[in-house]
Amino acid sequence: MATVPVRVATFEDPASASISRVQALWLTMKRKPLGAASAALLVVIVLTAIFADVLAPYDPLETRPEIRLSAPSRAHPFGTDDIGRDVLSRIIYGSRISLWVGLLAVGIGTAAGMVIGLLCGYCEGRLDLFGQRVMDAIQAIPGLVLALAIVSVLKPNTTNAMIAIAIVIIPGNSRIVRGAVLSAKQNRYVEAAQALGCRHPRIIASHILPNVTAPILVIASIWLGNAILIEATLSFLGVGTQPPTPSWGLMLSSTGRAFMEQAPWLAIFPGLAISLAVLGFNLFGDTLRDAWDPKLRRQG
Amino acid sequence: MQKYVIRRVLLAIPVLLLSSLIVFGLMRVMPGDALIALMGESGNVGQKELAKLRKDLGLDRPYHEQYLLWLWQMVSLSPGDSIFTNEPIPVSLKKAIPVTLELATLAMIIGLVIAVPVGVLSATRQDKPSDYIGRVVAVSGLSIPDFWLGTLVITFAAIWIHWIPPIGYVSLWDSPWRNLQQFLLPAAVLGFRLSAATMRMTRSTVLETLREDYVRTAWAKGLAGRIVVYKHALKNALIPVVTIIGGQLGTLLAGTVVVEQIFALPGMGRLTVEAILYRDYPVVQTNVMLVAATLVTLNLIVDLTYAWLDPRIRYR
Repeated sequence: MATVPVRVATFEDPASASISRVQALWLTMKRKPLGAASAALLVVIVLTAIFADVLAPYDPLETRPEIRLSAPSRAHPFGTDDIGRDVLSRIIYGSRISLWVGLLAVGIGTAAGMVIGLLCGYCEGRLDLFGQRVMDAIQAIPGLVLALAIVSVLKPNTTNAMIAIAIVIIPGNSRIVRGAVLSAKQNRYVEAAQALGCRHPRIIASHILPNVTAPILVIASIWLGNAILIEATLSFLGVGTQPPTPSWGLMLSSTGRAFMEQAPWLAIFPGLAISLAVLGFNLFGDTLRDAWDPKLRRQG
Repeated sequence: MQKYVIRRVLLAIPVLLLSSLIVFGLMRVMPGDALIALMGESGNVGQKELAKLRKDLGLDRPYHEQYLLWLWQMVSLSPGDSIFTNEPIPVSLKKAIPVTLELATLAMIIGLVIAVPVGVLSATRQDKPSDYIGRVVAVSGLSIPDFWLGTLVITFAAIWIHWIPPIGYVSLWDSPWRNLQQFLLPAAVLGFRLSAATMRMTRSTVLETLREDYVRTAWAKGLAGRIVVYKHALKNALIPVVTIIGGQLGTLLAGTVVVEQIFALPGMGRLTVEAILYRDYPVVQTNVMLVAATLVTLNLIVDLTYAWLDPRIRYR
């Protein structure tokens, strides 16, 4: 509920922008190699998730007790777990769960946040006052605690973890969209459209929405990293993805901790996978922000 | 300032009430009701016993009555008993709150001790190796999961220096040294995560302040670099950092949930996770509401501090 002095971002009409967003992103990445590296890292993670069937050397669920807790070797580069499952294959398949949960949760949270933010910012008045107080109330509960409470009510599984993360995302997104809408409403062309008698849905779709897409995409990219982190944390605490489905957080909690001294690779590799994915999304989000929306820098 | 304080306090009340409605509503959307969800898993519970328990817990009353009763219980500091352990909730909280409070305070101190000097160093040596190291540390702090870092720290401390934190919680008053040994690692893990955002903010605000005219004047007067940075620039640069610290309180409280679990500290976080896993809904709703109320109050204090530090805020 801390009232961060929100600097309302103002955006040029995309049509009049001298360079396109893709060009702006490309130029920023050329200037900041770390941004390009993060994009490359994300491409690798996405391709790994898509082609997990091809890339994984073994079935992630296949147990071979005779080679349990084997150290990393040529046959099993990341070693095997306590029931002889190949850790590399489980990490490769785990990327699917992380990305799937992250993308869907952020997609749902962003869409809902956008609708609420658009309505609050465009209509203002009592609806805005009430809407924003509800968002304040949701934000008053720490994200992880709220997600834990929601999952406990629904039932611990991947889908419910995803729903919980989506709900956690809504308030922050609605605020960003509301700010951008309030700013876009000040533009002359919006006033002109209103004066010409354009209907509200048309004004929102044609003149407001294009101004909101940049901040939304920036925030969504940053949220993707957080969503992966929350999913991993929920699975680690036992209320997210359930065994035997391979999930990075679950791998850490189920076998990683129990056999940490005997077989440190069980904890090291899933943890590295989570950190790299989150790092990739954080850095890429920063790059998007620099390219499209430098004014949001202080809010992130 | 007085008007500003009153306005902020009045705004916090509806937020707290709405939060309580969300928490209460959440516990009631459970398919069936909380008791069936709890007992259904244990099986062998007759309809008579269920009806009696439901009556004892007030679950047979209309929702609005249940809500008002719960609100009253919260305000009068008597939120009832745990379904699982039968222990009165205030008794559990009395044991758990000091643990979380100590962990959070230590983590906040460690976070600030890391963040502010590294942030200033990063800003004063922009684009030099020490700046890059500082920025990599900050991004890592945001990306490395605290449960992973905690697990690694425990294990490698055991393997490399043959040391494990003492088992079984001991309070600060009973044995300060043993207590510090128990809290140092978890607080460091949590503090490292907290330091990341503060470090980034300190770097960017110090960079901005160093380009201000009055700082240039200080340089022109021939003042020593240390005095320019620490006496003139840092003082103003730290004002926005207060806001970031406010925003960090949620991360801090959420972080204690995970870290307490890993380091087996019997605090609020661990109590909440256990209550969630056992579906002990009176404990869950009390703890979540307490966390929300703490966060709203702390944020209110941060907002008021910020308004006190920067008078422009009050007149918005």
